[in-house]
Amino acid sequence: MVKSWRQHLLPETGLKLIVSAADQQPNSRCLLSRNKISMISKFSSLRLGMDGEELTEQETALYDRQIRVWGADAQRRLSKARILVYGMKGTVAEFCKNIVLAGVGSLTLVDDRVATEEALSSNFLIPSDEKVYVGKTLAELCCDSLKDFNPMVRVSVEKGNLSSFGVEFFEKFDAVVVSCVSLAAKKLINDKCRKLSKRIAFYTVDCRDSCGEIFVDLQDYRYSKKKLEETVEYRLYYPTFEEAISVPWRLLPRKVSKLYFAMRVIEKFEETEGRNPGEVSIADLPGVLKLKQDLCTVHSLNESHVPDTLLERLVAASTREFPPVCAIVGGILGQEVIKAISGKGEPFKNFFFYDAMDGKGIIEDVSDSNNGR
Amino acid sequence: MASQLQLSAVKGAKVLMVGAGGIGCELLKTLALSGFQDIHIIDMDTIEVSNLNRQFLFRQSHVGQSKAKVARDAVLKFRPQINIIPYHANVKDPDFNVDFFKQFNVVLNGLDNLDARRHVNRLCLAANVPLVESGTTGFLGQVTVHVKGRTECYECQPKPAPKTYPVCTITSTPSKFVHCIVWAKDLLFSKLFGDRNQENDLNTRSSDAASSSEPVEDVFERRKDEDIEQYGRRIFDHVFGYNIELALSNEETWKNRNRPRPIYSKDVISDELAQQNGNMDRNFATDDGSSVSAMVPLGMKNPQDIWSLTENSRLFLEALKLFFTKREKEIGNLSFDKDDQLAVEFVTSAANIRAASFGIPLHSLFEAKGIAGNIVHAVATTNAVIAGLIVIEAIKVLQNDVKNYRMTYCLEHPSKKMLLMPVEPFEPNKSCYVCSETPLLLEINTQRSKLKDFVEKIVRAKLGMNFPLIMQGSALLYEVGDDLDEDMVANYAANLEKVLAELPSPVTGGTMLTVEDLQQEFSCNINIKHREEFDEEKEPDGMLLSGWTQPLPAAEKADKSITNGASTSKTPIIPVEPEKDDEIDKVSTGKKRKLSESSEIAEETRNHKQLQLIDDEDDLVMLDGGDSDSYKKNRLQ
Repeated sequence: MVKSWRQHLLPETGLKLIVSAADQQPNSRCLLSRNKISMISKFSSLRLGMDGEELTEQETALYDRQIRVWGADAQRRLSKARILVYGMKGTVAEFCKNIVLAGVGSLTLVDDRVATEEALSSNFLIPSDEKVYVGKTLAELCCDSLKDFNPMVRVSVEKGNLSSFGVEFFEKFDAVVVSCVSLAAKKLINDKCRKLSKRIAFYTVDCRDSCGEIFVDLQDYRYSKKKLEETVEYRLYYPTFEEAISVPWRLLPRKVSKLYFAMRVIEKFEETEGRNPGEVSIADLPGVLKLKQDLCTVHSLNESHVPDTLLERLVAASTREFPPVCAIVGGILGQEVIKAISGKGEPFKNFFFYDAMDGKGIIEDVSDSNNGR
Repeated sequence: MASQLQLSAVKGAKVLMVGAGGIGCELLKTLALSGFQDIHIIDMDTIEVSNLNRQFLFRQSHVGQSKAKVARDAVLKFRPQINIIPYHANVKDPDFNVDFFKQFNVVLNGLDNLDARRHVNRLCLAANVPLVESGTTGFLGQVTVHVKGRTECYECQPKPAPKTYPVCTITSTPSKFVHCIVWAKDLLFSKLFGDRNQENDLNTRSSDAASSSEPVEDVFERRKDEDIEQYGRRIFDHVFGYNIELALSNEETWKNRNRPRPIYSKDVISDELAQQNGNMDRNFATDDGSSVSAMVPLGMKNPQDIWSLTENSRLFLEALKLFFTKREKEIGNLSFDKDDQLAVEFVTSAANIRAASFGIPLHSLFEAKGIAGNIVHAVATTNAVIAGLIVIEAIKVLQNDVKNYRMTYCLEHPSKKMLLMPVEPFEPNKSCYVCSETPLLLEINTQRSKLKDFVEKIVRAKLGMNFPLIMQGSALLYEVGDDLDEDMVANYAANLEKVLAELPSPVTGGTMLTVEDLQQEFSCNINIKHREEFDEEKEPDGMLLSGWTQPLPAAEKADKSITNGASTSKTPIIPVEPEKDDEIDKVSTGKKRKLSESSEIAEETRNHKQLQLIDDEDDLVMLDGGDSDSYKKNRLQ
């Protein structure tokens, strides 16, 4: 849906993008020539009017308060969007609740793991009754609860290993969200999303202890924003996860969040040691600190940018999530996916970090500014 | 973060949640997941369909049931072992007194109106229980912490006041659609379907008869032999035609304004169409009063469409007719309710016809309903984020981690790269009349204003008291309570009708009044200053309260109410201190930059600060003035 809407926007108008000096701006936003904007928006709204069916009375009543936030057009686009998620822990449970309530078209859950005591601890989608949860996978349990939240959304389960799914599987979706997966899996799935001709929004989300991280790849994304009286079109180029994390650390903005480095260190540690995501404990701290040292040396970065205390917190937390942080990060992620699908609002590029210790929710642009990305 | 210390603080805590709505549902879930075991929750509301898009603990089958009770049952499904006590009641009920509040370690607000927030603030101050306060509007939200003596109380900072409009703007010179809505809702709707004995400004401006002699025939009264079609057309022609012509005759008014156009029903609806109007109801309207709609029989389906003047006129006549044919019993007792479909249709159509008359752009029913019902924009995601932030602050409060308390703003557009921006809390405002007991000053005409005016406009509206007691020295002038004997009740009723200077113990310039609320255990002193005249437009109350931070005028649109208004706050905003390991950056960038950056953050936060997010569901738009004699006299001069 997002894709088809995007296509209406430009090719058919015959307008060319005018890439301005904005390229050198940190966010590499490109502005379309302003006098042509009104034409574009007129055209696109016409198109939307033609192919977007009207919301039903039931939808208007249910979504009344949010239509007042993002408008009926955005609601129509949401209702056609197909979302895939993997990794049914607390943060993803929060995210799923948010987009099911928002009224996306469909939500597909992948997670064959069975429910454990720990899975229950921060996931409100799993009933505490053992009779209910025994023998079912996390995806199945969450699916049952989510269906209840909004009968207008199709929630379903797909079995199997996400990394082994072919490119054509991902083509069925408009946005893919993965959590609790290895570094290799993040890269692999991101690349599969990229291989398709249609644009798929790709997100990773992870919460450890009282910290959370979101990564987003919207590829080549255009959106419009009202500035004073006129609507201005913006364009954002996103790097893939692999491209983003390959940016040499010393080239990053001076005050980039320390969480960015800390998450990369732990991710790398888990990969080298062959661990599953989160499968670390305080006993691993010396190894993690050693790796941090090595990485800082390779990247010529002062070690103080990756505080030991922060690494210690993250390692000690293991796979445990802190429910208020799940709510916060799952909420921000929900908002971002809604923005990307509906085309309303300004999505962030390309990392978001939250740490309950300092209370800041920060956006970081981690991309190589030299190659236009 | 999730240390043993923290866990034990959470497990042993007894918390009170006020509100089980948008924020409340999210909050109850997050509290339960975070290990809270003893949660009490108060909410007077029942579940509505428009709640279901974000209040995820509720289902279609729960519509009509108590929010507090259903929320409890839903959370027990995934945390059966915890204790949740629901109260389907108003937090302002006398049962929830200071002693009730004292049993809790922390109070968490997820409220939707200013009045209840102020009430809970005072109870928390009186009971000395910390309060975590919150609010959301669309993508914006905020969480603040209020601990007596440590941080500012909820009322230390100015809050946007309910928007009021000068009477003459509404009755004679509307320039915005909202003015037409207020006219349609507060004047026309009340006149036709509400309490007819209530004073109403609908005709005062357009008809001089009202001020000169005995009331002649009430044009709004349906004549004995009049059929409903005739009556509807007569009302239409009177309010949209005749009244406009009358207004036009006052040339002075239109010197610098666009002249309105009188609209008569025959000009916009042909006889043929009117005939159709008359014939359709039998086929469509049901007997169930609440679901009566005028849109349906007219084939007007999409509430997002902007209808033409003719369509609005037909809707107006149809809605009026349906009120008289299907809901006759309710006439005389109706007040506007945003969930009453027919009322929304009537108000939308009336506002649009008036808008057409005054050259104001017409609006869809969906938009008109939002304005008339002060409907707050709300999404699930913001509520979820805010609830998470509330729990984080609540845990700090339980651990008495004072230096880490934060106010946090959830922003729509990043500021300094931040979407979630923490700010250090303010100290208590020394001149706050609520938590610092500073006397207030009231300028009032003591020879003209009655005690009743003082009670309504100051004690209730401005000071937010529910069970007031007013004393001059040791003399009791007024009090409210269930246990008063008849003599006292009669005595107080008599006092209400007296002007201040003629009370048993006269209130004149230089007098000091003490006003107390027994339930809130809150008391304040007011110094009285006599003043002869008040400006009708700027001081519509006919009195002026000062000595505390004046509320900001709320913006006309709900979504602007958080981004408008000049700051009256003198308190500097302290941005959050950088963490210790930031020091390396400090060295490398130099002190100067650091400081300038801090002040920019301060500037940003000041902008946010002055705009408290208040998702009031009620009383944001109301008509002010016109209900006191002194005020009327001023206006006529």
